Amino acid sequence: MTYTTIAEDTRALHHPKTWVGKYVWSQDHKVIAVQYSLTAIGVGLVALVLSGLMRLQLGFPGMIEFITPQAYYQFVTMHGMIMVIYLLTALLLGGFGNYMIPLMVGARDMVFPYVNMLSYWVYLLSVIVLMASFFVPGGPTGAGWTLYPPQAITEGTPGASWGIILMLASLGIFIVAFTMGGLNYVTTVLQARTKGMTLMRMPCTVWGIFVATILGLLAFPALLVAAVMMMLDRVIGTSFFMPSIISMGEPLAHSGGSPILFQHLFWFFGHPEVYIVALPAFGIVSDLISTHARKNIFGYRMMVWAIIIIGVLSFFVWAHHMYVSGMNPYFGFFFATSTLIIAVPTAIKVYNWVLTLWQGDIHLRTPMLFAIGFIFTFIHGGLTGLFLGNVSVDVPLSDTYFVVGHFHMVMGVSPILVVFGAIYHWYPKITGRMWNATLGQLHFWITFLGTYVIYLPMHYLGLLGVPRRYYEMGETEFVPASAQWANEAITIAALTVGVAQLIFFYNMISSYFRGPKADPNPWGATSLEWQTPKTPPEHGNWGPTLPTVYRWAYDYSVPGAAQDFIPQNVPPDGAARDRDM
Amino acid sequence: MSDRLIDMTQTPLTHTDHAVTAPHSLESLVSDWSTDQEVFKKVQWGKAMMWIFLLSDTFIFSCFLTSYMTVRASTTVSWPNPSEVFALTLFGQHIPLILIAIMTFVLISSSGTMAMAVNFGYRHNRKATAALMFATALLGAAFVSMQAFEWTKLILEGVRPWGNPWGAPQFGATFFMITGFHGLHVSIGVIYLSIIATRVLNGVYDRNGKYEVVEIAGLYWHFVDLVWVFIFALFYLW
Repeated sequence: MTYTTIAEDTRALHHPKTWVGKYVWSQDHKVIAVQYSLTAIGVGLVALVLSGLMRLQLGFPGMIEFITPQAYYQFVTMHGMIMVIYLLTALLLGGFGNYMIPLMVGARDMVFPYVNMLSYWVYLLSVIVLMASFFVPGGPTGAGWTLYPPQAITEGTPGASWGIILMLASLGIFIVAFTMGGLNYVTTVLQARTKGMTLMRMPCTVWGIFVATILGLLAFPALLVAAVMMMLDRVIGTSFFMPSIISMGEPLAHSGGSPILFQHLFWFFGHPEVYIVALPAFGIVSDLISTHARKNIFGYRMMVWAIIIIGVLSFFVWAHHMYVSGMNPYFGFFFATSTLIIAVPTAIKVYNWVLTLWQGDIHLRTPMLFAIGFIFTFIHGGLTGLFLGNVSVDVPLSDTYFVVGHFHMVMGVSPILVVFGAIYHWYPKITGRMWNATLGQLHFWITFLGTYVIYLPMHYLGLLGVPRRYYEMGETEFVPASAQWANEAITIAALTVGVAQLIFFYNMISSYFRGPKADPNPWGATSLEWQTPKTPPEHGNWGPTLPTVYRWAYDYSVPGAAQDFIPQNVPPDGAARDRDM
Repeated sequence: MSDRLIDMTQTPLTHTDHAVTAPHSLESLVSDWSTDQEVFKKVQWGKAMMWIFLLSDTFIFSCFLTSYMTVRASTTVSWPNPSEVFALTLFGQHIPLILIAIMTFVLISSSGTMAMAVNFGYRHNRKATAALMFATALLGAAFVSMQAFEWTKLILEGVRPWGNPWGAPQFGATFFMITGFHGLHVSIGVIYLSIIATRVLNGVYDRNGKYEVVEIAGLYWHFVDLVWVFIFALFYLW
């Protein structure tokens, strides 16, 4: 090394003295990560309650008086938008991305800690603006999470007066926040790794978050542009998305706009968004499986290339959300083909997870249970994705409960299982305490089995033709009365699973105060975050010198080694082997 | 078998165990890009971050311009003729697009002064760098002023985001939105350049040796110019 990289620069980090500087206006990536995570989980709980209310209406129509049709649509919209963007995106990238990237690549912090701090506060502002829409006249928007014009901004849709404006403003603010964080994550991975940490030695977690962040930086612009244009349509009366319409018997002032243009912009963001959520989950689950099966991840290079290829392909499949929107049939052919091609790298990843488990020394601890549960739900959701990717199968299934079942399995339940697994996995490092294993197992089994009771019947309802987003079915020829029984069962299961999450929160909170002190490396993991001098890691992460990396992140059960894992920072001759003794 | 695995862990920098054999050239390409510490060697964090930001911003402008083209192609009402709309009568001569031509010339010239500023910056010539950056900011301010003049003229002629006297209402909508968004970028750039130029003048970068900051500001400025070229071609010349 003829020159010192910036990461090795020994200039002092910004060291706050006050409590506020350390834990509120903090520039430490670990504190920012926890702030991001707690905010995301808090707003996610709102969305969870909304889904419970929706289920109550569907299972027992009319039982609760304040769930009017308008309120139902508002719940649908807010549930979807919060879960996808303000919970999953913020938690996986702002939360896990912030915590894991600097620790796993051996950096002291993100490259621009101040910008990173701003990212969180701007994110919090977007959440506040979104939540404010519950308290404005007319309530939040009820346009569905896809916000399709013209109905999203036309009188008659709930929240068309104020709710939609706050929703669009909140999305814009969120994108600014994400960009500030995302630039930090990408630059840190590219430019601030420690000595010996090549890209091909990074744990899959970092790879997943890294590629997902790039997707976010390239996909969110489309949503920003769509939000700006819809805001202009709504507020100053332009006609980007608004054709000539007669509404409430009166012609609107708009003319000549293209509603399909919004759908293209929205899904050019919306489909990569699926992978913005999925890729970090893929990465994290690879590390959980490898660690708890005491085996190197099967086909590491393939796993990395699959993440990259999925990321690239995800920009060429968006219109498979628009098969019934009215497109040239050749577009349907193109997008069906690209959609099915993306199944190939995805399948490679699934096979590699299963092959990692094969003949592994599997420890069924709580994080591993969630990881294995993820494989089940992901295969399940992926297979129904093959149905919906084909135009001719999608057309009759469009806008039915089959779609609801599919995407909840593949991008609702699956990433959430990984999030739970990841929280259980890293909780000892983050807090320095250990959770209660019995409660963890109970939480897993209720959640995992519960999701199947909830979502499997939905596929059946969808095949019957039950449409989604309906407040109530009323009298229909084609839906048998027994469909209502399924709805009741789903509702009971959903409420049970929802309430069971209290076990998780009780476990996390009580363990934080009373849990036994955790071992610095309780799972015997190899990656750098477990090798910090202090647990939980201090500001600056590594003490006086940065760690040096000598090996990949998957040296588990190396033949001849004394332990069944060799941390990444152990030099080649430092790993005690039988023959050395 | 076990020996091979142990040796594998001792390979110094690149992990070369793989199931599929890639061609040697491809393989060395990958290992060059994935070496430790930094992908782009000796590149400042701020510079790398600016490049990534500009990539993201490129997608914003691409979405704006693609939307504009879609809207223009799909509207059933005729589109106003830009050559006529953006014509000025100067000294009794009716000249199409003259103001836009001058604006484009000013903005492209500002890229020239910016490039010279970067050059003088790396030579640690404090005064020349600051002077050229202020000149760049001044040209940028001139551009925004001319844009303000153009907006005023169109508004006085009755162009609004929701309609205009000559044809498709989307003309005004896309015009104000896209040039407004670009003008916002230029205005931010003028402020950004002024701040950095002041710091150059105060000798901040002479003391810490980080004249790259000038180049980073330059990247942003050149990007804003480049975007204008596309707006010019797609909005005014089409």
